[in-house]
Amino acid sequence: MAEVLVYVDHVDGAVRKPTLELLTLARRIGEPVAVALGAGAEATAATLAEHGAVKVLTADAPEFADYLVVPKVDALQAAYDAVSPAAVLVPSSAEGKEIAARLAVRIKSGIITDAIDLESGDEGPVATQSVFAAAFTTKSRITNGTPVITVKPNSAPVEAAPAAGAVEALAVSFSEQATGTKVTARTPRESTGRPELTEAAIVVSGGRGVNGAENFAIIEALADSLGAAVGASRAAVDAGWYPHSNQVGQTGKSVSPQLYIASGISGAIQHRAGMQTSKTIVAVNKDAEAPIFDLVDYGVVGDLFEVVPQLTDEVKSRKG
Amino acid sequence: MSLRIVVCVKYVPDATGDRHFAEDLTVDRDDVDGLLSELDEYAVEQALQIKEAADDEAEITVLTVGPDDAKDALRKALSMGADKAVHVEDDDLHGTDVMGTSLVLAKAIEKTGYDLVIAGMASTDGTMGVLPAILAERLGVPQVTLLSEVSVDGGVVKGRRDGDTASEQLEASLPAVVSVTDQSGEARYPSFKGIMAAKKKPVASLDLDDLDIDAEEVGLEGSWTKVDSAAERPARTAGTIVKDEGEGGKQLAEFLAGQKFI
Ligand SMILES: Cc1cc2nc3c(=O)[nH]c(=O)nc-3n(C[C@H](O)[C@H](O)[C@H](O)COP(=O)(O)OP(=O)(O)OC[C@H]3O[C@@H](n4cnc5c(N)ncnc54)[C@H](O)[C@@H]3O)c2cc1C
Ligand SMILES: Cc1cc2nc3c(=O)[nH]c(=O)nc-3n(C[C@H](O)[C@H](O)[C@H](O)COP(=O)(O)OP(=O)(O)OC[C@H]3O[C@@H](n4cnc5c(N)ncnc54)[C@H](O)[C@@H]3O)c2cc1C
Repeated sequence: MAEVLVYVDHVDGAVRKPTLELLTLARRIGEPVAVALGAGAEATAATLAEHGAVKVLTADAPEFADYLVVPKVDALQAAYDAVSPAAVLVPSSAEGKEIAARLAVRIKSGIITDAIDLESGDEGPVATQSVFAAAFTTKSRITNGTPVITVKPNSAPVEAAPAAGAVEALAVSFSEQATGTKVTARTPRESTGRPELTEAAIVVSGGRGVNGAENFAIIEALADSLGAAVGASRAAVDAGWYPHSNQVGQTGKSVSPQLYIASGISGAIQHRAGMQTSKTIVAVNKDAEAPIFDLVDYGVVGDLFEVVPQLTDEVKSRKG
Repeated sequence: MSLRIVVCVKYVPDATGDRHFAEDLTVDRDDVDGLLSELDEYAVEQALQIKEAADDEAEITVLTVGPDDAKDALRKALSMGADKAVHVEDDDLHGTDVMGTSLVLAKAIEKTGYDLVIAGMASTDGTMGVLPAILAERLGVPQVTLLSEVSVDGGVVKGRRDGDTASEQLEASLPAVVSVTDQSGEARYPSFKGIMAAKKKPVASLDLDDLDIDAEEVGLEGSWTKVDSAAERPARTAGTIVKDEGEGGKQLAEFLAGQKFI
């Protein structure tokens, strides 16, 4: 069976969920061969094997952390040369997309970004994309070279599918461009203890209607009662009430959870672009005319300061 | 002019309009008003600030690949303060994918001459967010992308990139390709004077011949991706909307419980 390269997104050996979803999709088109780079690369092997990786190619070198993107492209290209895969799949993070795109140029292949589904077709893999703020669903394929496809989080279930997952060291020679952009400092983002926004099954978001940084405690309390991640609209972020890393929308994170709860958010097109593919959408807004109500499965027209705490209490008491 | 800045700007259908696909499954550009992609205004703004910091020892060229109407995007950028514009326009470009577009942009940038290329973080239509990285690959220069802060001094570009798991400080020597996010700083509005001045600024037109690109390398036929179908998302079935009469939170909890979320 054809091999499919899967680029592994991990933090010090802890594999992030979108990569496990990619393994599910990769198995529909061939045998997944994972590529894990940087510190902790080998530590990813057990998890990857459990989810279907037949092989895990690993490499570590200071270049991966000290310079931007290109060293990882060099390594992925080395893996590509070693394997001759039928397709290359990469998680749709900002960095993942850049790595995929540069590889595509080098191997003279077309690229599809932000796929939300993938199936095998007569002429190669067929990718589903959700475009124009989720107003349209397209199906596309790559007609030249080895398909390079980046896939959004929450696009496939994580499934156990034990495979050999034999670790092999990948020999990488770095290109001249590899050291072009130096990372002179790095500040890790502080963990909040809540689920990762793009991976969470439930996201609770607040907007301008929350009216102040201190009031975000109301949103956080609801999120914690549901085990959810916290999101924010750009209006709330621009006002300095919540960090930009929590922004949902076109220029923030794009989320696709089972449940999205928007409070005090009007539903501007740029916000919708980042959440419209959520399975179930709920909104609390005091304005019955707010466009967000066009999207909802359930909406409450009311003051979030009344409705949200009552909901939180009710969730807590039902969960016992 | 010591510092030559090229800003890539895209002309896109208005996101607040009714965007859709034409029969050949390319973006229908005739039925919806177009404009300068809002995210590219941030790129123009940062170019202007870099020029101001360089005591105007810089020249800003705005570059677009697009149909005749795309001149509107160039005019907007010129009225914000860019010095001149290059428009790559050719009937054979219709339906070009990102590989073709980036090839055309790279050749046009080389022809124009550059020390620094600045782009937006993503267009508001294709939203791929990969074009700047591809340009860096094609031009063989450093990519310093997705910056929320950027400065240029003594032939070195520095910036801050806020990633998924960390915030990074980046540094590269010119020439380089930069892309900036909407966190980089609000874009200025064109002044009346700027709008009047823009009318007199030069807009050069280039076609594929000028760039030594074969028609087969671009357009729908030359694309390495093919869209097989585009379907409008079925309208959502109208949801339940209740007015809070004191029990709104409890009613919502009831709904969530029914859906097995609690
Ligand atoms: C290029 C570009 C990119 C953008 N990217 C993003 C993005 O990534 N994400 C994003 O979110 N936006 C983005 N925006 C901004 C977007 O256009 C909107 O301005 C923004 O989403 C509005 O945020 P909001 O809904 O919180 O605020 P508003 O539109 O002001 O809405 C606030 C809502 O809160 C309600 N409200 C007020 N008080 C209460 C109360 N006590 N109880 C209940 N409801 C209340 C109001 O009725 C109103 O509907 C972008 C814009 C541009 C131009
Ligand atoms: C809904 C949709 C989905 C698409 N999906 C794909 C796909 O999966 N694969 C594919 O190969 N093509 C795809 N395309 C085509 C692709 O959008 C165009 O080829 C486009 O020119 C480059 O991609 P982008 O606009 O998404 O670039 P992005 O990478 O999002 O743009 C980043 C920056 O590049 C600059 N830029 C982009 N285009 C131009 C231009 N024409 N002129 C000047 N500067 C520019 C701007 O500074 C912009 O801010 C898609 C188009 C649409 C409308």
